[in-house]
Amino acid sequence: MIQSFFNAEIAAAAMPIVLDGLLNTILLSLLVVPLGLLGGLILALLASVRHPLVRWPLMAWVDFFRAFPPLVLLVLLFAGLPFAGLELGGFACVAIAFFLNTGAYYGEILRAGIDSVPSGQIEAARSTGLSRLQSMAYVVLPQAVRNVLPDLMSNTLEVVKLTSLGSVVAVPELLFQARQAQSVTYNPTPIVMAAVIYFLILWPLVRLLSRLENRALAARR
Amino acid sequence: MSTWERFLDTFFNAKVMARYLPDILSGVVVTIELAVLIVISGLAAGLALALLRSLGVRPLNWLIVFVVDLFRSLPPLVIIVLMYFGLPAAGLSPSGFVSTWLSLAFVLMAFSEEIFWAGITSIPKGQWEASRSTGLSYGQTLMNVVLPQALRLTIPPLTNRTIAITKGTALGTVVAVTEILGQASSAVSNSYNPSPLMMGAAAYIVLFFPVVVAGRWIETKFAWKR
Repeated sequence: MIQSFFNAEIAAAAMPIVLDGLLNTILLSLLVVPLGLLGGLILALLASVRHPLVRWPLMAWVDFFRAFPPLVLLVLLFAGLPFAGLELGGFACVAIAFFLNTGAYYGEILRAGIDSVPSGQIEAARSTGLSRLQSMAYVVLPQAVRNVLPDLMSNTLEVVKLTSLGSVVAVPELLFQARQAQSVTYNPTPIVMAAVIYFLILWPLVRLLSRLENRALAARR
Repeated sequence: MSTWERFLDTFFNAKVMARYLPDILSGVVVTIELAVLIVISGLAAGLALALLRSLGVRPLNWLIVFVVDLFRSLPPLVIIVLMYFGLPAAGLSPSGFVSTWLSLAFVLMAFSEEIFWAGITSIPKGQWEASRSTGLSYGQTLMNVVLPQALRLTIPPLTNRTIAITKGTALGTVVAVTEILGQASSAVSNSYNPSPLMMGAAAYIVLFFPVVVAGRWIETKFAWKR
């Protein structure tokens, strides 16, 4: 059992490969989290225009990407676009897929945050002479973000976990590297290593979130 | 042929679509089977863990919290890959279907345990004391007083989580499950045409879009008015 799952010799040999993957996972996360937030911010700001002609298509857009599994979106871009003469590579496909998919989730969260700020705040900000954009940026958004911070963090956790999908389109992130090492050594130790690394990195965030969520649900009564 | 016609011929080729429609449909059946299994077993296990936790046995609760944290912090794909490629080394060889089912059920179990538990703890202590003092047993208090209130509270977050995790059935394609994406991908490489992928994408939308819309409705229906 220990020989096959916690093989020290193989772990030592696979370490550089797996750490390489970890570095790429971190870099990938640093790219896709801001990208998703940007997408979400655009959607949320558009949703604050309360015109039905804006609101309904926006809702359909968000629901579309919430219904569409991210892996399907990724494969569609990676395997489908080349037939249209557009070969983007795994990395770019991941970036686009995450912009669309996680953007929809972040957008929903930020929209709920913006909705939670009382309209009196906007009226007060506008009447002190701030423009629409200024009152949004300086008055509404800071409060909105604070109100939905646990949800934003929980989604960010999901996004970081989701970067493991990159392994399907040959982006050399943690899971991909671990699988490479596993297929060379015929031993699952590298995958166990990857799992341990994911757990160690994300556990503190999970702990924090579970505290915040418990408090939020209890406060709702 | 105009560009538009060429586009249609490539991405929505009627001949290819007709040929691979049965494959995609069989993929739909597998996806639905997987999804139903995951939802039922994941939610049942999550509720069971939350009830166990309410007994208040210290070491048991630490174990539950650890298991929950573990499955919340590991990416589902990592769990699936570990089961499918790792367990054979321990003499167990779960199929891709079983690996995907169990992995996602564990993930749903972890998330739903958290939500159920938060629901149970949100019921004030006075309710417990009042029902116990009227002569109800522990089990009766739980079933007739606490859970009905707690469950209502958990429905909106539970719906969202369940939908998000159920979409993960597509991950099964990595371990050769013949669900929609798996069928579509192999059809693309057999036919050198992306039309099956478009059909697969459409199938996902047909399956999950109504669920997401229903989820939105449930969310507003059961939301507590502040």
